Amino acid sequence: MANETKKSETPLLDELEKGKWPSFVKEIKKMAEKNPRAKDLLGQLELSYKDKVTHWKHGGLVGVRGYGGGVIGRYSDSPDKFPNVAHFHTLRVNQPSGWFYTTKALREICNIWEEHGSGLTNMHGSTGDMVLLGTSTENLEPIFTKLTSRGWDLGGSGSVLRTPSCCVGPARCEFACYDTLALTYDLTIEYQDVLHRPQFPYKWKFKMAGCPNDCVASIARADMSIIGIWKDDIQIDQDAVREYAKNGVNIQTEVCDLCPTKCMSWDGKELKIMNKWCNKCMHCINVMPKALRPGKDRGAAILIGAKAPILQGAQMSSVLIPFMKLEPPYKELKELIEKIWDFWGEYGKNRERIGELIQRVGMGQFLDAIGVEPKPQMITNPRTNPFIFYEEYFEEEGEENK
Amino acid sequence: MESVQAEQRRTDIGPPKYDQFLHPIIKKNYGKWKYHEILKPGVLVHVSETGDKLYTVRMGSPRLINIDTIRMICDLADKYCDGYLRFTSRHNVEFLLTDPGKIDPLISEIEAKGFPVGGTGKSITNIVHTQGWVHCHTPATDASGIVKSVMDELYDYFKTMKLPAKLRIALACCLNMCGAVHCSDIAILGVHRRPPKILPNLSKLCEIPTTVAACPTGAIAPAVVDGVQTVEVNEEKCMFCGNCYTMCPAMPLANSLNDGVSIWVGGKVSNARHAPMFSKLAIPYIPNNPPRWPEVVEAVKNIVEVYAKDARKYERLGEWIERIGWPRFFEMTGIEFTKYHIDDYRFAATTYNTSTHFTL
Repeated sequence: MANETKKSETPLLDELEKGKWPSFVKEIKKMAEKNPRAKDLLGQLELSYKDKVTHWKHGGLVGVRGYGGGVIGRYSDSPDKFPNVAHFHTLRVNQPSGWFYTTKALREICNIWEEHGSGLTNMHGSTGDMVLLGTSTENLEPIFTKLTSRGWDLGGSGSVLRTPSCCVGPARCEFACYDTLALTYDLTIEYQDVLHRPQFPYKWKFKMAGCPNDCVASIARADMSIIGIWKDDIQIDQDAVREYAKNGVNIQTEVCDLCPTKCMSWDGKELKIMNKWCNKCMHCINVMPKALRPGKDRGAAILIGAKAPILQGAQMSSVLIPFMKLEPPYKELKELIEKIWDFWGEYGKNRERIGELIQRVGMGQFLDAIGVEPKPQMITNPRTNPFIFYEEYFEEEGEENK
Repeated sequence: MESVQAEQRRTDIGPPKYDQFLHPIIKKNYGKWKYHEILKPGVLVHVSETGDKLYTVRMGSPRLINIDTIRMICDLADKYCDGYLRFTSRHNVEFLLTDPGKIDPLISEIEAKGFPVGGTGKSITNIVHTQGWVHCHTPATDASGIVKSVMDELYDYFKTMKLPAKLRIALACCLNMCGAVHCSDIAILGVHRRPPKILPNLSKLCEIPTTVAACPTGAIAPAVVDGVQTVEVNEEKCMFCGNCYTMCPAMPLANSLNDGVSIWVGGKVSNARHAPMFSKLAIPYIPNNPPRWPEVVEAVKNIVEVYAKDARKYERLGEWIERIGWPRFFEMTGIEFTKYHIDDYRFAATTYNTSTHFTL
């Protein structure tokens, strides 16, 4: 690698060292003192700030042997000015469930990245991976070998199963209605092949949220959103409710009146919940976590089809299975997933997300194809138009002979 | 670092199993947590059925961090947390402590290093964002620079819990939205505004039928120019999604004069009270003005402040707007309402007001 890098002047980026919020420019500059890639990244970024456009060329296919994803190829459009970022590929490293780490594990990754890359990272990328930001093609194999020798693997990119991610779950949250960390790990391991080798029409994302608060935004972002819910009654500790009231929570206005199904009442002594009306929104539990807890019969709702706007418009996931128990080995869930993938593989167009395919063929057809019964939980209301695709009609006896 | 032989190369091992990274107190109380409290901004306590208590200190991060900063974070976790830590879905660092006496010394050390503690409860926590000019090939704006500028201005909202409800901001630097910002209280979205150029070498770089098919509005047609196969764009039909450029590098639409930022409001993903909602357009276009995008910062701050003053306790931004109505929202924020605010794409008709329910 060339060590002679032209000194970069960065008056525009210097402005972003000011202010109270921690500065990404300081992060890059500190690395630039000892890492030529970081130094040229700083120079190219300053040029983008001057020109108001990116200076990365379109795409670039690179990877590690045997994989079709996990590395984002990136090439500078000004390699003569910034030779140390002529290639500046990113590696996605599959994060552990719940983003828990030991310092020992993190330090090992830092050491690998210090030796082979820019020393810059995103902790974490939008999908959940650890992002190692910027290295050259010849470093990819050595990094991969070292990462796997330490127990790490790459995440997904392109038309693959993208790296599944989950909320903190039962590791540190009392709301978790199933083990989000265990399911995330299990699915990630089970489906390694489709995670690393593109076999799908387009990307597929799983996000596991332990409760309807949805701290991983699964309903907005996952092709399959697995959101923890319960079936039975909210657990109430009446003494704790009274304690909240004593400490200034207005149970009537802050809890009962804001309940979307108006299923709660409070007489100053006791909180009553008509559980059969409860739609599990979590508001009351969020306000009084010491007094209220999700029920004991727990599982998850499986929703399908969320995506960002490209191409037919943004979609949120919608209900597919209103309630499923989620216990290892997750046989029922995996059968459902594989049926959907088969259907999508068969009928999905190139770069068509499952949500768009369902829009195109109709939810009814989709349910038939994967063998799922229609349920009223799937809709906000039945159709308002009378254009029904009736599939059968009666014929007079002997009609065909007339 | 010691050398690693190529024969140690393994594939398809997946991530390390999470349980080896869990603090012993988490392992012991896994699935047994009973309740939590926010002790002060940035500090949580989780109490287990066993009586054990786990304290969390949440630290803001710029997301783009270098390995020395990670090592600094590790030093703190070694000193205060027995070598265990985690990150949140919004890029914050969480230090996990068993000794409440260590909370304040840890906070002092974090703040001495220039990082804030906060982001809990009714606050503005970290902005989820994308790569922008740092590492993306299709951005219409930078990501990290706007995030830094906005968070500098909203810093006190990170460190306090004085809003009516939590407020989540996200930024995506183009319509591909790798940050999936479309369900955020406030979304900052990079937009292109000039139809793609057609480079003369198009037929060498791109497949013409795929390129034509890439356009959702049918604006791209095959053409022959000077005897060379290429495409032409019906500019009136272009809504600047950028999908043609994704499919065909010879159709760039990045443009320094026209690229910029749009602002969207009122989305949420949580089911609490109101069902999840999409964000809706507030401001169609603000030109890129690096390095600190003052007009974007001002626009976001204005929306936050009007909301903070007028919304009721627990009301998310979208719930507040639904109660007061869009005419009041535009009036109170002083944002101009234009024809660009009225949808004209696939589901447009579902957004027209078919009632007399409105304020004047």
